[in-house]
Amino acid sequence: MFRNVAELIEIAESTNKKISEIMIEQEMEFTGKSREDILAQMDKNLEIMEQAVERGLEGVKSVSGLTGGDAVLLQKYIEKGNFLTGKNILDAVSKAVATNEVNAAMGTICATPTAGSAGVVPGTLFAVKNVLNPTREEMINFLFTSGAFGFVVANNASISGAAGGCQAEVGSASGMAAAAIVEMAGGTPDQCAQAMAITLKNMLGLVCDPVAGLVEVPCVKRNAMGAANAMVAADMALAGITSRIPCDEVIDAMYKIGQTMPTALKETAQGGLAATPTGRELEAKIFGVPLQKGD
Amino acid sequence: MKYRSVFDIIGPIMIGPSSSHTAGAARIGRVARSLFGRQPKWANISFYGSFAKTYKGHGTDVAIVGGLLDFDTYDERIKTSLQLADSLGVSISFHEEDAITDHPNTAKVVLGDEDGELELVGISIGGGKIEITELNGFALKLSGNHPALLVVHDDRYGAIAGVANVLAKFAINIGHMEVSRKEKGKKALMTIEVDQNIDDKVIQELSALPNITQVTKIVD
Repeated sequence: MFRNVAELIEIAESTNKKISEIMIEQEMEFTGKSREDILAQMDKNLEIMEQAVERGLEGVKSVSGLTGGDAVLLQKYIEKGNFLTGKNILDAVSKAVATNEVNAAMGTICATPTAGSAGVVPGTLFAVKNVLNPTREEMINFLFTSGAFGFVVANNASISGAAGGCQAEVGSASGMAAAAIVEMAGGTPDQCAQAMAITLKNMLGLVCDPVAGLVEVPCVKRNAMGAANAMVAADMALAGITSRIPCDEVIDAMYKIGQTMPTALKETAQGGLAATPTGRELEAKIFGVPLQKGD
Repeated sequence: MKYRSVFDIIGPIMIGPSSSHTAGAARIGRVARSLFGRQPKWANISFYGSFAKTYKGHGTDVAIVGGLLDFDTYDERIKTSLQLADSLGVSISFHEEDAITDHPNTAKVVLGDEDGELELVGISIGGGKIEITELNGFALKLSGNHPALLVVHDDRYGAIAGVANVLAKFAINIGHMEVSRKEKGKKALMTIEVDQNIDDKVIQELSALPNITQVTKIVD
């Protein structure tokens, strides 16, 4: 069983296997389930992700009315063709947003690694799918590679916004996605780890400050940028760029930053954007609470 | 290692919006229901930390009640669980607590009917994964990810060996085990996570052992 990224890479390299394969084998060993059962379970998750993206691209609105419809706006913008960044990156952003808009509307999603950060992994997967034309099995493998890196973060740091801030949620999701993109694009296990490290470094310190305590503002747009971050970091790693700080040490830094982060910035809706005048006003409007609450 | 399976990370399939505050809460409710063994007539639910601050926005209240009604994390009925509970005659009350707990996402559920009561404390540690940290005043650590046995017994020598012997006889492997007691020589609780599902026959044999008060199983 691998306990950190270094061990994961070492096992993959010494056995000449992909990270997704190492994760599948560990799951078989841990659960005693057959490979077919494990792949079928992940296939079911993939199906749910696909449906959530589709539903989001049709346009949804959350109960509070704070979020919804941005995925559609972005797809229309891409179709016009006058974008400044790139089609694939915007497609990933749109599909990440689609998933989180469905989540905010209390729709059915697959947590990756959490519900608040559920957009990044499927968003990037269904965008790179159009570029790399993977088989269904390769798409399932994308989720196992994401899962392998998330597994390390969850066990050595945290994937909970209440415990570690948004860096632990969207940060982890983005790193997981970056690593999985690299594997799907034919990169080495080490390049996967580099992509994870590069992504997570750019998410360190990100606080969890949901307006009115709802997983909407800024969560949906953080998933958008998480997807963009993952796409760029994957390209950087595939170009041969490495992280000066090893992946495991970046994860450890994230954990320590989370521990020292004030409670007001860890999913309590008491600080950051939640405590802005507009954030408070929205909260009052949605729940009818007095405005003098907190600071 | 807190997280053992890739499906703790990629999963669960769930109704939004929050894995810790919605799916995790539903799971805490469902474990309470499963331990109680039947639909309760009433439930008092207390939220602490981030749960207390944000439960309305995250649907933590509907999710935990959904769990009490035995709904899974992806069950669409979660959205209307409060109305459903009402129509089923289950009386629910919520309390926002200020007390500082070890984990920011903590919920206490006290539930019951005319035949009994159960008190449980659960924490939601991220990604929908939960742990049960207290049951009827006994400290414990239960992930809810494996079939498990909860055995209330007299704090005497031989009680644990007796239980282990019965499990061995049925070829059931113990993955994790803990013993907790409130006071020396009084009641104690064994929490046993096992790898195989547990037959009712095993429960019957365990219940018949000396010094054993109550045996409950939780299926994963």
